[in-house]
Amino acid sequence: MSTERMVATDQLAPEALHHLADAQINVELDTGDMILNLGPQHPATHGTLRLVVRLDGERVVSADPVIGYMHRGYEKLTEFRTYPQVTTLINRIDWLSSFANEVPFMDAAEKLMDIEAPPRAKYIRTILTELSRIATFLLFLGEMGLQVGALTPAFYGFRDREHVLNLIEAVTGGRFHPNFNRIGGLKDDLPWGWVAECRSVMDIVFEACDTFEKLVAGNEIFEARTRGIGIIPADVGSSYGMSGANLRASGVDWDLRRDGPPYLVYPELDFEVHTHPDADSFARYIVRLEETRESARMVLQCLDALPSGPVMAKVPRIIKVPEGEVWVETENPLGQMGYYVISKGATGPFRVKIRSASFSNVSILPWLLRGVFVPDVITILGSLYFILGDIDR
Amino acid sequence: MAPDPQDDATVTDESTAVDDGAPAEATEDAVDSASAPNPVHEEMAALLQAGGLGGDSVARSESVFDDYVVRVANRAWRHAGEIARDALECDYLSFIAGIDWAPAPKEGGEEASGDTSQPAQPTEMTFGAAGSAGRFQVFAHVQSTRRHWGLTLKTDLDESAPTVESWVPLYPGADWHERECWEMFGFVFEGHPSLRHLYLPADFEGHPLRKDFPLLARVVKPWPGLVDVEAMPGEPEAAADTETAQA
Amino acid sequence: MELLALDIGWGTTLAIKTIVVLIIIPTGALILGYVFLLKMMSHMQSRLGPMDPGGFHGWYQLVGDGLKFIQKEDVMPAQADRRVFAMAPAVVVLSTFLIFAVIPMGPDLVVKDLDVGVFYALAVSSLSVIGVLMAGWASANKFALLGALRAAAQLIAYELPLLLAVVGVVVQAGTLNLQGIVTAQQDGSIFGFSGLGEPFILTQFIGFALFLVAAQAELTQTPFDMPVAESELVSGFMVEYTGFRFLFFFIGEFGTAFAFAALAATLFLGGWAIPGVEGDWANILGPFVLFAKLMAVAFLMFWVRFTYPRLREDQLQSLAWKVLIPLGLLNLVLTGVFKVAF
Repeated sequence: MSTERMVATDQLAPEALHHLADAQINVELDTGDMILNLGPQHPATHGTLRLVVRLDGERVVSADPVIGYMHRGYEKLTEFRTYPQVTTLINRIDWLSSFANEVPFMDAAEKLMDIEAPPRAKYIRTILTELSRIATFLLFLGEMGLQVGALTPAFYGFRDREHVLNLIEAVTGGRFHPNFNRIGGLKDDLPWGWVAECRSVMDIVFEACDTFEKLVAGNEIFEARTRGIGIIPADVGSSYGMSGANLRASGVDWDLRRDGPPYLVYPELDFEVHTHPDADSFARYIVRLEETRESARMVLQCLDALPSGPVMAKVPRIIKVPEGEVWVETENPLGQMGYYVISKGATGPFRVKIRSASFSNVSILPWLLRGVFVPDVITILGSLYFILGDIDR
Repeated sequence: MAPDPQDDATVTDESTAVDDGAPAEATEDAVDSASAPNPVHEEMAALLQAGGLGGDSVARSESVFDDYVVRVANRAWRHAGEIARDALECDYLSFIAGIDWAPAPKEGGEEASGDTSQPAQPTEMTFGAAGSAGRFQVFAHVQSTRRHWGLTLKTDLDESAPTVESWVPLYPGADWHERECWEMFGFVFEGHPSLRHLYLPADFEGHPLRKDFPLLARVVKPWPGLVDVEAMPGEPEAAADTETAQA
Repeated sequence: MELLALDIGWGTTLAIKTIVVLIIIPTGALILGYVFLLKMMSHMQSRLGPMDPGGFHGWYQLVGDGLKFIQKEDVMPAQADRRVFAMAPAVVVLSTFLIFAVIPMGPDLVVKDLDVGVFYALAVSSLSVIGVLMAGWASANKFALLGALRAAAQLIAYELPLLLAVVGVVVQAGTLNLQGIVTAQQDGSIFGFSGLGEPFILTQFIGFALFLVAAQAELTQTPFDMPVAESELVSGFMVEYTGFRFLFFFIGEFGTAFAFAALAATLFLGGWAIPGVEGDWANILGPFVLFAKLMAVAFLMFWVRFTYPRLREDQLQSLAWKVLIPLGLLNLVLTGVFKVAF
């Protein structure tokens, strides 16, 4: 309370004395806003995101995300790397589904070089992309419970994700950063017995999705905490560039696997695109849950249709990509990720613009977080599902 | 960008006929002018014209693989964005970024010192799709979630004082993209509410993505591959092979 | 007093009772913490929990943790209010110890058989609110302050359902004395069959449910752990506490869980009473019986804790004021009607 506004008792007008008991308290409570730093070290911000929020009590007046704590300067670094070396960099953009990061870049380089990967390589690439999507989403389904306070689903998410990561490791040798794509195909073929193992893991994935649906999505408190929280209208979302499951949860029927320029083997797969009419956090959870199931079905379809053949096309030993420009965008687990590759005929790119999904997803936070409660901030951060490497590149 | 029957540039099956019919590798300008025109791109061009973007606002336009690139004049940048948003129903902003066409300064060159620390790029300044008037360009990609097509717009910036109008009144999401572009290239976006640093600390000097800004990691410490001349155990003086063939 | 046919003076009795209470609370906290927090939670989450310390399923883990906390450096934030900061854990733990002064463990095993035992127990359990507020304010940390303010609102709001649940039992037993309540359950009869006594859970099931929910909130356990929201405030009001003082809070949290479980067991499940056991045997078996019953209640409380997400502060408050208190009042009315009618 500012002292200038408090009046001494003997100077109060007689009629004010009537309510003397209340007078001191009711004199315009000058409460100040509190500035709170959520992050960069905070369990809920998924990494080194810092949100500077102004709070009025428990309500957010304004929020300003401060990013860049993990900025590694990828766009500059790609100018100093050859094309195969760039793969090791871009693996680490979205580290939970790293295989999916490489796919658009490989596609871009192959388009510029006029090389096409053999069909078997494309199928395996699709399978691995969908597996990394499943891995990411299983983590999301678990940790969304953690954001709202349920400790247990997070462990179930990690436990089920281990099976998928073991599969990826069996093929590529790496759980997190496979670095398995090569221009023109893949490094190696599938190990013996992998296809059967993959099928059994898909059963586990279906079970896990059912568990999450009952345990988390069916929990009344979870619904109370996520329904109606963080509503993003479709036009606002797309004008901010929000993509992926976030935009589909706002009702926009747009999925690059079906609607964009064809890539990998998606034109030959039969899958549904799930949307949800409410645009709240619960919708985003449900959409990702359904997409996990859909991904598992896609993997099974690919396994059934897997052709035999080589996994690598004939590619010169030193890769020099001809001069040109190309824009390739794919539907990654976090959203739409694209690379605009400008080549001048050298062994490395001239300029690569990396369009990462989480950058746009997080840019909506200043608009979205006005007027929400502090616990809802955490719920919203969890439901948007961003990865810091994807934001900061 | 839906595949359609006449466009034999669909990349699913053919490994050779990728682009619009013209053989691509020999010419230095591999992005081709549309010899077998893409009907979707033609429709977009017609809508752009009808929306008011024509004549001397458009410097050049090209179809590049599945993308339609239109280079507009600097003064028509925001107008172009408006028409893209309204006439082409492009409600989705993918990104806004910058290009610096200057070749990277490199002392010596690849043959001189065997320095393979970075791929050697051509030393003359050449431009890409839809050309460029100078060193700096801003380019943006917008998509339509309803019509399922996308458009890349480019514009040229003055080298001495790079400025262009801001797209924030059209797409609120342009806010962060333009902040990043300013921070990395030094392009000033007029009309932006608060052009401040996004990734880098507030007191950072310089614009990192410009070609004359060195990669500080290489300046501070030479690339390890260059000095890897440790002899193998047992061998007297074998200079270890730095990677000449990266595959 | 006469205990097991020995004649002990009042001084020795007081000393014994003090020592017993001082030992029981930390031991109880330890046992609850190990069994439920470390082992039950782990198994529910498909993992094993501690297995190494002590050899057999890691039973020594919490003892080791306690010793570790004691030998840690005492860190205090530079801007913290030193005396308040130091006193806050003591206030919280004090209320825990004081509750146990009235809980009977056998027909003669009670530290102080107060005639207003129930009233005293509830009153004293509210002291922890002050401790929490002190901790949050004195920490000079905005997160701690947020946690403390949430805690204050929550703990005060949930006192009322707790009270209403207990009052139903009091009305049915006809006394505020805890020993009397146990005796009333022991001597009661279910539809004329007096073999099992009459644990009040059978008639006061609404009260039992209310008590459990309100106790969950009083202990700031999920689904009511907004003050300590782990993924938001990382420990809420306790965030600046380390070492010895944090150990106090930990003991306070689990000790209070122990005490509330014991209170629930006494009020609703019959306390130390077992059908068929009287006199001296009841004095010997009583503590173990009470322990078994309170472990059952604690199992329920912790099970809920590890399953549900947390309610937001306003949802929490509306649950207390709009749902639980009307239910409590309804329970009271029904109890009164049935007591008079039958």
